[in-house]
Parts: sequence; C-alpha cells; structure tokens
Amino acid sequence: MGMKGKNGTSAEAAGLLHPSTDKVVVIEGTHSASYAVKLARVQVVAAYPITPQTGVVEKLSDIVSAGDLDAKFIKVESEHSAMACCIGASMTGARAFTATSSQGLALMHELLHWAAGSRLPIVMVNVNRAMAPPWSIYVDHNDSLSQRDTGWLQFYAESNQEVMDTVLQAYKIAEMVSLPVMINLDAFVLSHTSEPVAIPKQQVVNEFLPPRSAPFKLDIHNPRAFGALIGPEAYMEMRYKLDAAMEDARAAIRDVDTEYGKLFGRSYGGLVEEYRTDEAEIVLVTSATAVSIARIAVDELRSLGFPVGLAKVRAFRPFPVDEIRMLGQRIGKIGVLDRNFSFGASGIIYQETKAALYNALVRPKLFGFVAGLGGRDITPETIKEIFSYMMNHDGPELEAVWVGLKTHKVNEAQNTFADSAEGQQK
Amino acid sequence: MAKAQNASQKKFGKGRASMIEIRMHGRGGQGAVIAAKILASAIFKEGKFAQSFPSFGVERRGAPVLAFTRVDDSPIRLRTAIYEPDHIIVLDPTLIRQTKVFSGLKRGGTVLVNTSTPASQFDFPEEYFGAVVDAADIAVNHGLGTKSIPIVNTAILGAFAKFTGLVGIEAVVEAIEEGVPVKREENAAAAMDAYESLNVTAEEMAHTAVSGD
Repeated sequence: MGMKGKNGTSAEAAGLLHPSTDKVVVIEGTHSASYAVKLARVQVVAAYPITPQTGVVEKLSDIVSAGDLDAKFIKVESEHSAMACCIGASMTGARAFTATSSQGLALMHELLHWAAGSRLPIVMVNVNRAMAPPWSIYVDHNDSLSQRDTGWLQFYAESNQEVMDTVLQAYKIAEMVSLPVMINLDAFVLSHTSEPVAIPKQQVVNEFLPPRSAPFKLDIHNPRAFGALIGPEAYMEMRYKLDAAMEDARAAIRDVDTEYGKLFGRSYGGLVEEYRTDEAEIVLVTSATAVSIARIAVDELRSLGFPVGLAKVRAFRPFPVDEIRMLGQRIGKIGVLDRNFSFGASGIIYQETKAALYNALVRPKLFGFVAGLGGRDITPETIKEIFSYMMNHDGPELEAVWVGLKTHKVNEAQNTFADSAEGQQK
Repeated sequence: MAKAQNASQKKFGKGRASMIEIRMHGRGGQGAVIAAKILASAIFKEGKFAQSFPSFGVERRGAPVLAFTRVDDSPIRLRTAIYEPDHIIVLDPTLIRQTKVFSGLKRGGTVLVNTSTPASQFDFPEEYFGAVVDAADIAVNHGLGTKSIPIVNTAILGAFAKFTGLVGIEAVVEAIEEGVPVKREENAAAAMDAYESLNVTAEEMAHTAVSGD
C-alpha cells in the first residue's frame, strides 16, 4: 500500500513517515511480527499453529513459499518440537524464530529452559492468551509470566508498530547477550487488530542488524560437544553466567533502543517508559495494551487537574529494578495493574515491583490491582476507577483489588456449589 | 461524544468528536472482517488514522459476525470494544430480525443495509439515518459469488462511501484493489457501481430533516 493523498501529514506526525520507512501498511499485529521476521533475515522458522498466533505463521509460510525470505520453514507436530527445531537451528549459528500462545507455550516449557541454558539467541513471539480451563482464547498474561524463571528475556508490546520494532531489536539484543527473547502481544487486541505500521527499509535493517556471528556453533569442520552432563563443580558457575548475561541485557536493551531510535525514528524508553510522571503524585505501573488505554485516562485526569502518571513495563525480564526504584523515590503512591494472577499471592508485576522497592531507602505506598483476565475489556473507565481507589485510600488494604469483578456472579457460583453439595448429601 | 437532544435535531457530521466508530454486521464467510480492514486502509490513505478488528473470538460460516473500524485524526490509542458506534453497516438483512443491529448506535448515526427491499418499505428507527443498497444484485452482476451466496462486502463499501461521505470512493477502490485476494477489478467495479446507485446521502437527509421542522 502506498502513501498517497494527504496521509503524509498525520502519518508523519506519528513518526511513521521516517526516511527509514519503506511503506506504511494497515496490518494486524500477527503480520507485523511476520514482516519483522522477514526483515531480520531469519533462516529457520519452525512453528505449530494455535489461535490467536496463527496469523504470524500463516504469513511467514506465504513469505517463505513466495521466495521472499530465504529460510527453512519446518512444519512440526507440536510446540515442543517447534522449540526443539529452533534450538537445533540456533546451535548451528542460524537465526531462528517461532511463535506460539498459551497452552502451546506451556507445552514448550521444558525446552524454554534448554534454549536459555544453551545460551541461544532464539526469538519467539507469544500471543498472550489466558490459560485453560475454562477454555479461553482471549488475552491475559498468565501464559508468559508462568515462564518467568526460564531465563528468557520478556517484552510486552503496546501497539502493532512496537511489535515490529521490538522483534527487530530483540534479535540484536539476543545475539549481544546470547539469550533467547520472547515478545508478547495481547490476543486479539493486537493480534487481530489492523492499524498503520511503518515497515522499515531492508537496507536500514541490514545496517542495524548484521548477520548473526555465533561464538560457538555446531560445525562439522570444528567439532564441539553441546549439552553435556556437568558436575556440581561447574553447574553453578554456568547459572551465574546466565544471570550475568541477563544483567548485561539491561544495558543492551537501553543501547539497542537508543540506536534504533536514531536509525528508525522510534524508541520506547528502554525497559520502562514513563508517561506524564512529572509532578505526578500517583502513578500506575502496567504493561502491554493496558498502557495504551491508560494513556487516555491519564490525559483526561490530568486535564481535570489530578496529578496522575503512568509507567509502562516494557521489559519484564530482566526486571527493571533500577527504573522502579527511581520512580519510587519520587512518587508517593504507586499502583500496579496486572492482567495476570499468581494464585495464593497477588498480581505478578505487583510482586516484582514490591520486591524491587523493599530494599530501597524511600518506599512509596504500593497498591495491587487485577483486571482484564480472560479478555475482559480494560477501558479508560477501568483505569479511572483504579486511580480513584488510590486517591481515596491512604494505603493498600489488600494485596490485590480485583477491578470490574461481577461479585454477584461469584456468589452465584458459590451458591451453585453449595446447592450441589447439599444435593449430594440428600 | 456530542449527542443531539432529540430525533428532530439529530445532527450528522458536524459537532461530533473527532473519533468515528463503525460496526459491520455480517455472517461468517461474507467478508465483513475484510471489509472493515479495507475500509481502515482506505481511510488511512486519505490521511486519517484507522483501526479495524473483528468481534474477538471464533468464527463459523453463516453465524452472525461483527467487524469494526475506528477512525480518528490522531493515532488511535483506544483499544476497547466499540460500544456506541456512529455508523452501522448490515451485510445480511435477515440479521436485523435475528440480532440487535441498532444496539448502542448513537442518535443521528447511520444505518446502511444490503437488501432488495426499497428504502420506503424499510422500517428504520426515527433517530437514525437509514439507507438501503442492493449490494447482492450488484455483486452478482460483477461475478462476485452466486445469487444464493453473493459476496457483497466490497459493493457495500462503495455505498457506504457515498452515504456517509466519511471516505472517498477513489480511496475505497484503491484499498479494494490492494486488499482483496481475487477478482480485484470486479470488486472495485462493484464498489463503484454501488457508489453510483445510491442517490441519497446522510448529509442531504439531515438537511431535509432540519428544513422539514
């Protein structure tokens, strides 16, 4: 699609019409990921289809079969095999990609550890979908956050443009620190929503992202062993090095985002982007498309004179400890909105935020909120309700306030169980 | 969003907030989702920002399907469902009996229905501007589908461009040519035919309504 007519004006203002832009197209989030994979000159794609990820793989299949990407497209019988293929490919020095969602990601779990432990710079797109049962194909983040401790970097995208830009950044970061990267996008809210996306010129991407140069690889001319048994005398050091790489990733994320901004005209604040936090007294921390919605609510409340702001957790792993502490020094009340829940505890980003703040010299009041599970709409009203709660409470009373919960439904469900228990007794 | 006080004062176009929301009602397989996306592309070509999405979920052939397009002068940050659309497009008239097609439609909003029933015999609620187009007939004339299963999604976009003035027919035709997988020329010609066949616009109806008071 060309850029004819008047759309230079608005698209330019939105940073889409940059000299690095090849064309601006109206595409869905899944396809934004596919085009980024093409631009990254990925050499091996292995994936198994699952709603709502399917579009990513379908488009890549088209691209590869049309000869527009010189990659091996491997059809597999499960997500476990998809990741196994990516691991094998990545070990040979190839740039590898897969995409999945929800139950598919859960099935990959064993191999996620394997990819990170092998220090392979695989990039994966995960379309965030709630875990079953009850069956759901709608967004929440329990699928990816359940993979928190596998050693993968995790990014959460707010727009289809950010999906494109983060996939390109991810390969660069992954190959700098030799760790795999997962890019998450919200089911349907991004995956199936079409909006304008600037597709960068191949030549500029090549400049930004040169071909992968693997320090160690499977090579018949230079044989090495991979994945061998290792004794207690060295395992711990390898784990320490994995974490050191994760620590190095912080600087890599910031530097790569800055470099990307210079080349492509768009950057995302590194690990955390603050929005209208100047002179803010209450700040909401959240991630993914909830950020987009929260921007609207923050603008509205600011225009009414309320001192509110927003912090977007773009990178969840490594966790932005320094950024959160800096925020906590300046802001008296911080709320965290989680689109996920750790049962028996609280929202997961809330837990991590609290942990980051515990050893800080200055600690704000910290509130936890849960909303949008299983695709429940998060609207500007939801966000305003959250700010309103924080304005009306000096401090938190609960570890998690469930926002928009239909309590009568919960009570009905409890009554149903009570009735059936009663029935059984009779 | 600006709302007129009553039906006789229903406004069209002027006085509204810059964001416009469109809901399309179709049946699985009719191409409502593609039409919503083509509409978004056409609008973007004209310099506005646009977003389109299907009713989130699983689609089945023949079942009622919703598709949405959102339009604004600035980048669109709103990513919620559309609860109160400004415009409604109905691809299959039998949906009017089966589903609540007017649900949430703003006063002074438009309804465009694909049907062979003349507008005079169509019972549009008073607070909306309604129009009909025989998109099925136009589609079949251009070899798009069959009489029993016509592919009406591109034809109705032509009629929508005329009726609402929200987007120019040139941009619609261009977006169709880029956005449909097959029969590009036929689809574009069907949209053009539908555009020309509609001899009423919502703006004219609004003028008539005001002068008639």
